[in-house]
Amino acid sequence: MKILVCISHVPDTTAKISFTNDNKTYNKDNVQFIISPYEELALTRALELKEAKGEGTITVINVGGAETEPTLRKALAMGADDAIRVNAEATDAYFVATQIAEVAKANSYDIILTGKESIDYNGGQVGEMIAEILDIPSITSVSAIDVDGNKGILEREIDGGYEKMECEFPFVGSGQKGIAPEPRIPAMRGIMMARKKPLAVVEPTNSDNLTEVEVHTLPEPKGACKIIDADNAKELIRLLHEEAKAL
Amino acid sequence: MSILVYTENWDGKFKKQSYELLSYANEIAKMTSSELVAVSIGKVSDEELKSLGKYGAAKIYNVNDDKFNTMSSQAYTKAISEIAEKEGAKTIVFANTYTGRSVAPRLAIRLKAGLVPGCVALPTSTSPVIVKKKAYSGKAFADVKVNADIAILTLNQNSYTINEDAKDAEIVAFNPSVSDTDFKVKTLDVMKASDRLDVGDAEILVAGGRGMKSAEKFKILDEMAEAIGPHCTVACSRPVSDLDWRPHYEHVGQTGKVVAPNLYFAFGISGAIQHLAGVNSSKVIVAINTDKDAPIFEAADYGIIGDAFEVAPKLIEAIKELN
Repeated sequence: MKILVCISHVPDTTAKISFTNDNKTYNKDNVQFIISPYEELALTRALELKEAKGEGTITVINVGGAETEPTLRKALAMGADDAIRVNAEATDAYFVATQIAEVAKANSYDIILTGKESIDYNGGQVGEMIAEILDIPSITSVSAIDVDGNKGILEREIDGGYEKMECEFPFVGSGQKGIAPEPRIPAMRGIMMARKKPLAVVEPTNSDNLTEVEVHTLPEPKGACKIIDADNAKELIRLLHEEAKAL
Repeated sequence: MSILVYTENWDGKFKKQSYELLSYANEIAKMTSSELVAVSIGKVSDEELKSLGKYGAAKIYNVNDDKFNTMSSQAYTKAISEIAEKEGAKTIVFANTYTGRSVAPRLAIRLKAGLVPGCVALPTSTSPVIVKKKAYSGKAFADVKVNADIAILTLNQNSYTINEDAKDAEIVAFNPSVSDTDFKVKTLDVMKASDRLDVGDAEILVAGGRGMKSAEKFKILDEMAEAIGPHCTVACSRPVSDLDWRPHYEHVGQTGKVVAPNLYFAFGISGAIQHLAGVNSSKVIVAINTDKDAPIFEAADYGIIGDAFEVAPKLIEAIKELN
């Protein structure tokens, strides 16, 4: 069983958001980068599936410059067997998906996992795009996954419940919260071993950027909060009804 | 030229968000002097389909083959792409829902279109298309330019107002060329909890955090949501769902659901940056917290510094008087 997990290298969830280059580019100064949380969960589940089956390889892939290698090393420390870095800036989902699909074509993975979205661009496009390029099925927002022979048994959240599905290999799944309960924390042994695991750097294939960010803006700062006395809580309902017209 | 809009149905009915999406797409159609064409997949009555005309749809493609009862992203992509090519659509609009997220990226590959997911406003330019989307999980916005002949946009819920623009819509029955190999994902079981209102669909959310102390004590918020009415439901912060006081589908925030209701009550939620990222598009935010320095007050429009268990019953009483 061969699983490919696509990793994005994103600012830590508590990082301050600011921009440079006329607000086109994210300001990386003093920012810690991490594996995007949904992908960290997807990788954790991939490792569990391999351990349960007693065989298989888990490859992690990222499209990015050399500065993203520590993020791939962390994935290796968590337990992935090998890593691939496509040496190009991850500018647009179409571009990224073409790069990963190119690698996938040469390696016939049984399952390709992504996160439901990266926490920086919030696109949630790459997994489904890879599936369309490879002409294989895709399941979005997977909250549970198991393997039975050459089939995946998956669950996704729907309004008020869950839908359970099965799909033969190969397929793409994008993981959301629930796919694994908690991300795996690398142990010291894993961190030591990660240094020796293979990390291949491949050059990008020709592709296009079909979208580009013109400018970033920050949300308007809120006006002052109107404080209502706790003893007069009913006044709040009157204000919400008459002033804010929200009730 | 036409603007294509995929109008999703839920058990044969359209929702408020379908009309919101149509109104949005209709405005783009006006900006580009194009015809608004809707696509509906699944069993929907003609009368229900006609309701799309009220919000500007001039033509409705109706794909109702039983095969499409399973949401296969491959088959849906083929069907919509066939219609898009037939209509020469230059802009295609989806809601940013499960189906939109499953189909729009595949369609972007098929049509070599530029996709902007999670749009929150009308395009500021239509040639080239430039449109604002949420980024950094609600902590910022990005104006994105499309460098392709075709643009695909997915619209976040509660980002646009519903506007009527009545047209006598023509319904066109359509059989797309799909085969069995486009339906490789099989549904085994559907577990539907109830006809509960989803946190993403609610106009008003009553949310609680760790300050609600226990699963038992949290129930006062159920009572409040019920008093407000059927357009209101309960939500919670991450620690609350992690502690299993409440189900995961009620978790709102950066790693849960990102929501934008008209009114958001935060009881006993301190306002961690990850939580605020998921709720800061709410039109009005109300915070109730014992800690006057809690960051939630910086994001709130109205606040009460006080104990949730003392304040909530008073609010419930006032709401009952109001209704």
